[in-house]
Amino acid sequence: MAGPAWAAPKTLVYCAEGSPENFNAALNTSGTTFDATRPLFDGLVEFERGTTKIVPALAERWEISPDGLTYTFHLRRGVKWQSFKDYKPTRDFNADDVLFSLNRQWKADHPYHSISGGGYAFFKSMGLGDLLKVVEKLDDHTVRITLSRPEAPFLADLAMDFANITSAEYADFLMKKGTPERYDQDPVGTGPFRFVVYQKDAQVRYRRFEEHWGGKTPLDNLVFAITPDAAVRYAKLKAGECHLIPYPNPPDLPAIARDPTLTLMEMEGLNVGYLAFQTQKKPFDDKRVRQAINMAVDRKSILDQVFQGSGKSAKNPIPPGVFGYLADNKDYPYDPAKAKALLAEAGYPNGFETDLYAMPVQRPYNPNARRMAEIIQADLAKIGVKVKIVSFEWGEYRKRIQDGDHQMALYGWTGDNGDPDNFMYNLLGCAAAKTSGSNIAKWCHLPYEDLVLKAKQVPDQAARAKLYEQAQRIFKEEAPWVTIAHAVVFEPVSKKVIGYKQSPFNRHQFDGVDLAE
Amino acid sequence: MLKFIATRIALLIPTFLGVTLLAFFLIRLVPGDPIEVRLGERGIDPARLEEMRAQLGLNKPLLEQYADYLGGVLTGDLGRSLITQTPVLHEFAELFPATIELSLCAILFALIIGLPAGVLAAVKRGGPLDHGVMAASLTGYSMPIFWWGLLLILFFSVILGWTPVSGRLSAAYYVEPVTGFLLIDSWMSEEEGAFMDALHHLVLPSIVLGTIPLAVIARMTRSSMLEVLGEDYIRTARAKGLGLFRIVGLHALRNAMIPVVTVIGLQVGTLLAGAILTETIFAWPGIGKWLIESINRRDYPALQGGVLLVACVVMLVNLAVDLIYGLLNPRIRHAK
Repeated sequence: MAGPAWAAPKTLVYCAEGSPENFNAALNTSGTTFDATRPLFDGLVEFERGTTKIVPALAERWEISPDGLTYTFHLRRGVKWQSFKDYKPTRDFNADDVLFSLNRQWKADHPYHSISGGGYAFFKSMGLGDLLKVVEKLDDHTVRITLSRPEAPFLADLAMDFANITSAEYADFLMKKGTPERYDQDPVGTGPFRFVVYQKDAQVRYRRFEEHWGGKTPLDNLVFAITPDAAVRYAKLKAGECHLIPYPNPPDLPAIARDPTLTLMEMEGLNVGYLAFQTQKKPFDDKRVRQAINMAVDRKSILDQVFQGSGKSAKNPIPPGVFGYLADNKDYPYDPAKAKALLAEAGYPNGFETDLYAMPVQRPYNPNARRMAEIIQADLAKIGVKVKIVSFEWGEYRKRIQDGDHQMALYGWTGDNGDPDNFMYNLLGCAAAKTSGSNIAKWCHLPYEDLVLKAKQVPDQAARAKLYEQAQRIFKEEAPWVTIAHAVVFEPVSKKVIGYKQSPFNRHQFDGVDLAE
Repeated sequence: MLKFIATRIALLIPTFLGVTLLAFFLIRLVPGDPIEVRLGERGIDPARLEEMRAQLGLNKPLLEQYADYLGGVLTGDLGRSLITQTPVLHEFAELFPATIELSLCAILFALIIGLPAGVLAAVKRGGPLDHGVMAASLTGYSMPIFWWGLLLILFFSVILGWTPVSGRLSAAYYVEPVTGFLLIDSWMSEEEGAFMDALHHLVLPSIVLGTIPLAVIARMTRSSMLEVLGEDYIRTARAKGLGLFRIVGLHALRNAMIPVVTVIGLQVGTLLAGAILTETIFAWPGIGKWLIESINRRDYPALQGGVLLVACVVMLVNLAVDLIYGLLNPRIRHAK
């Protein structure tokens, strides 16, 4: 319920770390842009705020065929579209909008496919173009999607921002006016807030959408004040110029925690930082060498010195919050003597020389790769392995390790959709081991591959969890990585903010959030 | 005089072409293209990657891309941003007023403090005031802008609470951009208090951006003033028994100002370069911050267009300074 008529409007200011690229998540990959589009749009399904659980959104319910190939979505009725400037919707949300949103990204001959550069990086990099077989409208409120192969994580994919539903009617309206590119700049959605204005590089302003199908959200206004520097964001928070900031500087955390006006929220992130071996190159094609390195790296000192309390030790490729996480997987102990013996057994009694790629930038899963590499270098020197630390510009770095140029490389991943597949297949499957794929260990191990492929095809979550557990045992035994850490994500929030929930995906979401008077 | 102007303008053409070349090729020397930057840790099927490159025209040979770009520039089309798909000229026009507003306030600040400080230092040459001004200006000149900005924010905004931390206007106000100059727009708008709020937001960034020009102006004024104060006509004025104020204010200052005016003109480049850092610290939505973001995103057209337009502004201001100087000083325009 809105407050009394005389109450001042409630305006929450979020000091965002950057400017949105535009206002259509399908075109982008950056979390900054997703945050800015999220108040405006809904998907067929969504992640429950603060969790990875998939809940109904624009689809009220759905059925999945026993073979896992057909998804039938029953759409919510009476969902209103927002209006903007000269555009007033004449109808509610329906199946045409779902078809429009998917086909735009999928079909090269779709009238909107090449509008705004038509990148669709998520849709393409996730291979959805090959996965989708037919998307059809059964009636105004029923859509059937047929896949070319069973893919259990498909529902989780649809909860991601790139699969937001946008308006087919608005698209027609703009096309007739000859300004289709406005579609991605002047957004019209069904979400809890509607778009007011974007002043480039300064601010995005939203107002509550009174007719949102989920009921009115408590805030009247939402402002994203764009503030790229982390120190300045913190200063703004302290000065009361914003209520919430993302990505604080780690050295500021103790002071934030002591501040009586702020709450420092923290959550184990949906991420993993690791060291990958190029398993197609000598000497790392030998699993004993990989196991030896696993035993020679002192992960505790990495956690203490590099993460300084902002990381938890990792033993699996998936973080603990994800279903199927194998809590009792046996990890390698820190044991340099045993490591040296293993190396000798593998034919390297005097060690060997190798490179170690360390990324030049801070990442959510690795606050300081250079420092981490130095610790590893010192650890491995103890077993006779001489490590040369190598670094490249970030874009070049990714390209080289995705091409498999390295011998050992530090890398990591932040999950997209909370499904184990997003880590276990995407980062360790055979398809991704090809050149320029995201499996930078270039590791293709058939017993593992069979399990993760099968887990894609089984719809039942408990059965999938069992398969992933087995796969994690194989992963640990074969040791294509040294699993290092799951980083903790911090968010400083003003005490005036009520009901804000941190997201495992590091999303910043404001529906349902309120402000104390 | 006409020949002088024509020569100066003709010289702009190679400079202009040079800037297009530099802007085009330098950003392409930076590894990673816009698509790779967007993909992040995500791998992609090489065929899909090629498809996306082709969509942006990045698969064409570099020279062909440059020819396309130059052709566009010559017809006034700077292309569209690869990221936002907005015409580059449009983005520039939207953001440039913020940079001009900040730069004008910064130079105003530099003049108000720098001129009197330089004059005083010259008049009190060798005294503690002179040493103080010189030391302060050397410190100001060597101050890393980033650190200086954060220091001022911490002191004035966080500890004292006198000034806002960053941005151009508080979230409580919304002023529809008309001219793009927020002081003017907020003055004309119905929003009560918006003008004062905008003015408050200008204080710290103007000080930070104005610090280096201030130091330069103070030092230049001092040395130019010293030179003039040693001239015969000043001695004559002194001999006549004129007061110090009249000698300095009336006789010396006007002549001492000629080189200072030139230096002020040349500060435009410094201001625009400084704006890149200042705008990033103060989240000031101008072209400096825009250029930085364009580099990070490898937004080639935005960066090329932005660099070119900024270079044009600097060239035109320098041309204007040259012409004015030539007008004032015949020795320059007749020089071979």
